[in-house]
Amino acid sequence: MIANGIKSGAATVAPDQANSPVLTVSGLTVSVRGDEGERAVVSNLSFVLARGETLCIAGESGSGKSMTSLAVMGLLPQPQARVSTGSILLGDIDLAALSEKRMQTIRGNRVAMIFQEPMTSLNPVLSIGRQLVEAIEAHTNLGGSAARTHAIEALKAVRIPEAESRLKQFPHELSGGMRQRVMIAMALALKPDVLIADEPTTALDVTVQGEVLELLRDLQREQGTAVILITHDMGVVAEMADRVIVMRNGRMVEQGTITDIFERPQVDYTRELLAAVPKMGAGRAAAPARSPEEPARPAAVAEVRDLHVRFDLHGGFFGRVTHRVHAVEGVNFSIGPNETLSLVGESGCGKSTTAKALAGLLPYSGDIAVGGRNLAGLGRDERKAVRRDIQMIFQDPYASLDPRMRVGDLVAEPLLIHSVGTPKERTDRVAALFERVGLTADQMERYPHEFSGGQRQRICIARALALRPKLIIADESVSALDVSVQARVLKLLKELQSEFGVAYLFISHDMAVVENISDKVAVMYLGQIVEMGTRDQIFAYPRHPYTKRLIEAVPVPDPARRRTRFARLDSEIASPIRRVGDPPARLSLQDVGGGHLVAAH
Amino acid sequence: MIAYLTRRLIQAAFILLGVSIITFALLYLLPADPVRQIAGRSATPQTVESIRQQLGLDQPFIVQYWRYLTNLLSGDLGRSYIQRSEVTELIVSRLPASLILMVGAILCELAIGLSMGLIAAVKRGSATDQTLMVGSFIGVSAPQFVVGLLLLYVFAVQLGWFPIGGYGTWRHAVLPSLTLGILGAGWYSRMMRSSMIDVLRQDYIRTARAKGLARGAILFRHALPNAILPVVAMIGIDIGLFMSGIVVVESVFGWPGIGQLAWQAIQRVDIPIIMGVTLVSACAIVLGNLLADIVAPFIDPRIKLR
Repeated sequence: MIANGIKSGAATVAPDQANSPVLTVSGLTVSVRGDEGERAVVSNLSFVLARGETLCIAGESGSGKSMTSLAVMGLLPQPQARVSTGSILLGDIDLAALSEKRMQTIRGNRVAMIFQEPMTSLNPVLSIGRQLVEAIEAHTNLGGSAARTHAIEALKAVRIPEAESRLKQFPHELSGGMRQRVMIAMALALKPDVLIADEPTTALDVTVQGEVLELLRDLQREQGTAVILITHDMGVVAEMADRVIVMRNGRMVEQGTITDIFERPQVDYTRELLAAVPKMGAGRAAAPARSPEEPARPAAVAEVRDLHVRFDLHGGFFGRVTHRVHAVEGVNFSIGPNETLSLVGESGCGKSTTAKALAGLLPYSGDIAVGGRNLAGLGRDERKAVRRDIQMIFQDPYASLDPRMRVGDLVAEPLLIHSVGTPKERTDRVAALFERVGLTADQMERYPHEFSGGQRQRICIARALALRPKLIIADESVSALDVSVQARVLKLLKELQSEFGVAYLFISHDMAVVENISDKVAVMYLGQIVEMGTRDQIFAYPRHPYTKRLIEAVPVPDPARRRTRFARLDSEIASPIRRVGDPPARLSLQDVGGGHLVAAH
Repeated sequence: MIAYLTRRLIQAAFILLGVSIITFALLYLLPADPVRQIAGRSATPQTVESIRQQLGLDQPFIVQYWRYLTNLLSGDLGRSYIQRSEVTELIVSRLPASLILMVGAILCELAIGLSMGLIAAVKRGSATDQTLMVGSFIGVSAPQFVVGLLLLYVFAVQLGWFPIGGYGTWRHAVLPSLTLGILGAGWYSRMMRSSMIDVLRQDYIRTARAKGLARGAILFRHALPNAILPVVAMIGIDIGLFMSGIVVVESVFGWPGIGQLAWQAIQRVDIPIIMGVTLVSACAIVLGNLLADIVAPFIDPRIKLR
């Protein structure tokens, strides 16, 4: 496919070398200089990477897995971090002791890396072609059209359609999945000995994740590249790894073959990590569905009828509206008290927009009724009073708390806005909330940066609960958390539900989490609901092909059930942007029994 | 593109109309009386009154403005009260000198500001960074007449590298351009530094490093085009800021541009010239901003003109 012998620095592999290690890390310690002096973020780590194998480094945030990969690449954040002891041998070159100039000839050539965020990892002002060609030119003596041909080959290898015309495109013109393929093409263009993939699919939708993982596996098989895959997702580990290293707080706690780790974990931490992974089917087994039709069903907490959210795009002369983004198109659902409805679907399907409209953060058309009162036609003050009943918990606990306010004040703020109680009563209520979500009252005086991600999300939950709302909208609220923390926060959410009788609108891309927490599930695609029903109806008897694909694409944390082929998307998801006067066709939902609604397909 | 330009030019026309109304009204409300300036101290009330009638300054505001506007639309900026010559001619004859000064100043700003900002960002936290930023702070805060006189003293009087004043060769243009540009250079270096520091933290810079690119390629191919965008937008606004600087710099260096013209006109309440210079500088600001907006999509393909 790609001509051999074009690389300047790469040694050709003799057959007898095939089983010798390509990378040997021994006694690696990475330290970071902080306010309190130097601190080791990776301590005394040793491992060996054989040619053509996939080594997964798994662990939660702060485990040192990303620092390890950056150390191998010589990309540790300067000047704070450095390799303080140990060696990283690539063949017989010690990467840890190499000068920056020599390291440049290794990077991208013999050791390549792909990163988590395809949306930000490509330079927005340079074309795809330019970015690919420069990587090739940096390490080979190919130039001009030869480099271009090589770039096209590399794009074809990652199965990008119409590779040649893609060269002229800019990153913002490609979807996330496409961008990640470009990143992979760039990394593999020069057939490196080692590919480091740092959470390569974490930011991608689950169906796209499957494709990218399959692509990585195929390319590795074809080119014999050794892969270090860094991930927090045990499903991905089970799908991909030959061997696994489990890290915690900068140290290796266990290493072994994939079957050893999953079937015979030796260390408690590994066992806990595996136990915390949400598994599909586990939710149904643990908590049989509550009967959906309770006698004398009370009035819905929130009722959404024919909800539309459209954004105008201006263009043409004098900025007339020529196109619209049809973000939400005719969505209907209702949430009863004490009930959890989950909205699932891939990015851009309109699930977050639906939630924002419900919370009153976006202009919409259609009817939203809260506690039986339609929001349309209410005055400003009445609307504010109704809004008390709906609160939100957002995805990123780091960005959703004002860093300059004490956390106690943050939680008390909703009370203040709606003038509830005296200052003393407010303080007491906040203290009680802190205790309830698993924090202590004396932590109220602290600032957000003093808390971990999980604790911050608990603060956000306390804030959402402060007004005793009837409905809490949780928009990807556990996605940014480590699995063990995620499991505890989900448990807290369930407890609070039974205690306060609050209803949840739960938005998530993670099907396993959804399966664990939901009573009802609505699957969205291109702004419309394609299937809605109870959890068991959706997960045990999915009817719509899109629902089936979403469920099938979830990696299963069990190496014995590894798939050889992932569900492949036939095409990119269609665009919700349409010309004015050309609205999308309305899907009609049919009841296939027991309130299980499915769109015609 | 054509539609975009047409729309922007129509907008510009409205902006200029607004500027003309506001300036005209301010000058009308001014306590200084242009007629007294023209007539001189010893003039009799009758003479003053007849000059007033001759210039049409006895008419109500609306009438005066309407007459000015209709003349303006046919390209006539009126005649100077004092010099009795066409304002259009006066401005046209002096504009080239000011344009040379402006172009020179922009080049100084960019050359000094961008390189200082770039170096400071790359050497962030070092002594070089701190020295450069102290320098830029002085550039931002020093009054222009002080900077001008200082440069004159050092480079013209002491070293004799450049002429002390006047107009003609490129040597004459160096010190005035530098004086005018130093203020902007100070701002640009600070903007460039923070923008560059921000860009160097981005994921795509890490990707570029992971590809094994050399430092130069990373800085100039990957970081600079991303970091320069806010600066480009700033240049458009800067052209407007130049107008106040030009008045000072042209009088320090005896530079025959519209700054001097404006300065003399203000002292003598020569309303047609003040109006003319104001409108010309408003045009410059509008065009500068338009230019910056047109250039932006060439630097960043995500920006679309609409």
